[in-house]
Amino acid sequence: MYSVGYEDLGTPTPPAGTAAAVTLEIDGTQVTVPDGTSIMRAAALAGVKVPKLCATDSLKAFGSCRVCLVEVEGRKGYPASCTTQVAAGMKVRTQSDKLMSLRRGVVDLYVSDHPLECQGCPAHGHCELEDIAAQVGITQTSYAPGAAHRPQAKDESNPYFTFNPELCIVCSRCVRACDETQGTLALTIQGRGFGSKVAASEDEPFLESECVSCGACVEACPTAALTEKSIIGLGVAERAVGTTCAYCGVGCALKAEVRGSGADTEVVRMVPQRDGKANHGHACVKGRFAWGYATHEDRIRTPMIRKSIRDEWRPVSWEEAIGYAASELRRIQAKYGVNSIGGITSSRCTNEETFLVQKLIRAAFGTNNVDTCARVCHSPTGYGLKNTLGESAGTQAFDSVMQADVIFIIGANPTEGHPVFGSQLKRRLREGAKLLIADPRETALVRTPHVEADVHMQLQPGTNVALLNAMAHVVVTEGLVKEAYVAERCEPEPFARWKAFVSEERNSPESSEGVTGVPAHMVREAARLFATAGNGAIYYGLGVTEHSQGTTAVMAIANLSMATGNLGREGVGVNPLRGQNNVQGSCDMGSFPHEFSAYRHVSDPTTRALFEAAWGVPLQSEPGLRIPNMFEAALDGTFKGMYVQGEDFVQSDPNTHHVNAAMESMECVIVQDLFLNETAKFAHVFLPGSSFLEKDGTFTNAERRVSRVRKVLEPLAGYQDWEVTCLLSNALGYPMHYAHPQEIMEEIARLTPTFAALTYEKIDRLGSVQWPCTDEAPEGTPTMHVHQFVRGKGKFWPTEYVPTSERSTSRYPLILTTGRVLTQYNVGAQTRRTNNVVWHAEDVLEIHPHDAEVRGIADGDWVGLTSRAGDTVLRAKVSEKIAPGVVYTTFHFPETNANVVTTENSDWATNCPEYKVTAVEVVQVNQADAWRRRAEAERALPHGGRKQRRDPAPA
Amino acid sequence: MNIDLLIKMANQISEFFQGTTDPDKAATDVATHLRRYWDPRMRKQIVAYCEERHGAGLTNTAIAGVQLLAQQEQKAAAPAAAASAGAAAPGPKS
Repeated sequence: MYSVGYEDLGTPTPPAGTAAAVTLEIDGTQVTVPDGTSIMRAAALAGVKVPKLCATDSLKAFGSCRVCLVEVEGRKGYPASCTTQVAAGMKVRTQSDKLMSLRRGVVDLYVSDHPLECQGCPAHGHCELEDIAAQVGITQTSYAPGAAHRPQAKDESNPYFTFNPELCIVCSRCVRACDETQGTLALTIQGRGFGSKVAASEDEPFLESECVSCGACVEACPTAALTEKSIIGLGVAERAVGTTCAYCGVGCALKAEVRGSGADTEVVRMVPQRDGKANHGHACVKGRFAWGYATHEDRIRTPMIRKSIRDEWRPVSWEEAIGYAASELRRIQAKYGVNSIGGITSSRCTNEETFLVQKLIRAAFGTNNVDTCARVCHSPTGYGLKNTLGESAGTQAFDSVMQADVIFIIGANPTEGHPVFGSQLKRRLREGAKLLIADPRETALVRTPHVEADVHMQLQPGTNVALLNAMAHVVVTEGLVKEAYVAERCEPEPFARWKAFVSEERNSPESSEGVTGVPAHMVREAARLFATAGNGAIYYGLGVTEHSQGTTAVMAIANLSMATGNLGREGVGVNPLRGQNNVQGSCDMGSFPHEFSAYRHVSDPTTRALFEAAWGVPLQSEPGLRIPNMFEAALDGTFKGMYVQGEDFVQSDPNTHHVNAAMESMECVIVQDLFLNETAKFAHVFLPGSSFLEKDGTFTNAERRVSRVRKVLEPLAGYQDWEVTCLLSNALGYPMHYAHPQEIMEEIARLTPTFAALTYEKIDRLGSVQWPCTDEAPEGTPTMHVHQFVRGKGKFWPTEYVPTSERSTSRYPLILTTGRVLTQYNVGAQTRRTNNVVWHAEDVLEIHPHDAEVRGIADGDWVGLTSRAGDTVLRAKVSEKIAPGVVYTTFHFPETNANVVTTENSDWATNCPEYKVTAVEVVQVNQADAWRRRAEAERALPHGGRKQRRDPAPA
Repeated sequence: MNIDLLIKMANQISEFFQGTTDPDKAATDVATHLRRYWDPRMRKQIVAYCEERHGAGLTNTAIAGVQLLAQQEQKAAAPAAAASAGAAAPGPKS
């Protein structure tokens, strides 16, 4: 069912930039459209609605329903307007007695096998068949009762939608949506003639099939055959509010469809915006369906305080909670010094909220002890790209992938972590782009319908840099460097140094094969392909950054892209796939302890003076503490208070026992969140947060796209998150008075060069804007580094491979690496409170059959997972997707708490934790509950109950 | 803070920079990195450790970097102290 108020044009826009204008006549009206446009679309653009059933503008024309027939002067017959393209001078008639007669005949056939009891149908008033039947004047079929697809059982297995085959007209829109939009190809039309029916996989219930529940089929369905259960339960929405998804870094433009008003407003469904520039009308199982957490009964709606974390929470008024928090922060500063407190901004909150929190910390707290969760995911991206290219962000728009000839994915799993971009990527791959994958696991893209990686380099965890150096070795030693490009755009001396470095024999694929585990011939093939196949684009994720050499690997990626001339135009680039919805934005807004917004160092006197003048206070010139440093300082007794907005680092950060011990030593922890999360267990003040549905602001996605977030529901606890920050600041004696986040954005624009020309009005007008948005680029910058790199000349860096100190031993012989699954998000606080648990109800440990067999472990067994940092218990999943010697799990569930076993190892430049490499042992356990109880008891003890085992200092 | 961790971090930083350039420049890069990214209490601790324990456990490049940092911090100590005295009191300007 279309989104409320959506006017479908029937067929997609013809490819941009290729078409001349064509003028034709439709029902006597002159229409000018691009060549390649269908008659149906041209008519719709002219305000003429041609009846249709199998056509929709998100799918290629199909021409099966025969309802959209038209007459074209001088041509025989009645062509389908969806599959017939316009021509200059063409004269089209969309209405005539003959056409009416033909359409009536077709619709009569459809309704002969479709109930016309429309009043009780969930799609009543929004069903395309119902509309067309009314247009052609059919209220009942003229055919005598005969064979019919009734009664048939509904498939209600999917938690979010129902398939009612009685209402299906076999138009194939769902099948085509699964193929073209999502790229999963889970649906098919099974059987022939009267026996034709929609089937999921091998005619299985939807839930058990290959369906990934993206909902594209549901939206494409013209009747109520596929319908959201929320519509069946609540009815069709009355209005829609445009907003942006709050899950991954793709940042899909959505419409929240709602009923009611004011405090009685309720969300009926979320629908992707077809003109959304990041998602083009697509969404995933999280964005489209998993929004129920926003009104979950676990939401905390009242502020709470307690003197000690051993005490019970005491609900209090906002005034008392804020007053207590402010007095405690000032008490701690008076006792321990101005730098004894700090705070964490949230990558789930808006740019405006993030900007305010770092302002609060720098200006009202008077310290630079501010950090954000990007610390534990993409901080190496910021450092690595700033030092090579000059800007701490990805270089392209997502759409750029459609111009790529060879796509290199390293340390990322887009179909799980960034599913809507994953679908676009698959579309390009089905068109013939080459695919290189470097990943310890056999991710879905290695082999999926109509897509197969040309090279899958199944490297050992922790060896990205060695692999990238080996690829660079091939590029340099086989003369594949784009010398003219490098000479024009890069610093010569660093390039020469790098070239000499990667040319050394020790960096050859043959020499590094023993380290990476990747056969040399595969590395050579991949490098040659990347350097010679045309536009080469690199996409990477946390599998690159979350290593002790995360930053080095990012630099190696930039080196490879510069050397092969793959930066500065569409189809190429360095593309970090950001994890959380606003992780790019939180970094842009000055959330790091050493940087103001737009990545300007706090020691820069000019920048500091700008902020001091605007904020009216002196600001510190020294970098503050990063998150892991905060924990260390807490254990050291020099860090005692913190304000945490919308982050749950006790679950998400590594070495949980260590984090717990640090948190126990704090005197005032203020947590602002939707739920009493794991971090709140150590909090003294809890301030209820607001979900993305309850606030105004902006998010910035992985392609630097700033999009609006609009308030759909009233904040459940009374305040949007930015308002709470203002309350706390005011209580601290530093006035913050904003009437609307728009005013905060105006301040951001005044103080942030890359946002200088960005306004809410512009975002509303253009839909979204990619920064830099300046006077020179007033409508934003889809592709960066076009004429030259932001830093002037690109800088190559030698990237020596340094093995991680975390190595497998006889005691811990396996290497654990971590990741995420499609249906869950990060620590799961949101998705665990939705029906997405149907697909993934617990974290499991993937283990190779060989490793399982020697340990006597069978699929589904409980296993104990132990590292030098801690242990946990979870179920085993025996899988050949993981290489021997490597095990894999996710970190979505606090019950598993996978980060109990991850260690304090971190990236050299940024302290981004090394989540991807932990030496572990796995044993079968019979008493899982006993293991878990023991682990929980350990966590409950002071200092986590475990003496920390650290690597000794080298002698 | 845990000095073992700081030693490990400093060594990691030195391992990166010593692979990128000559030893003198590497030491400068290490010092610059520490100054730009480490909180002052961390810098103070690694400098004190390096002096007291003659850099035990640190790589040669890390030692050179930390020593250079110490010199730079000493040089900047007087003006920095004056500046930080002004920045210490939080709250708006009156």
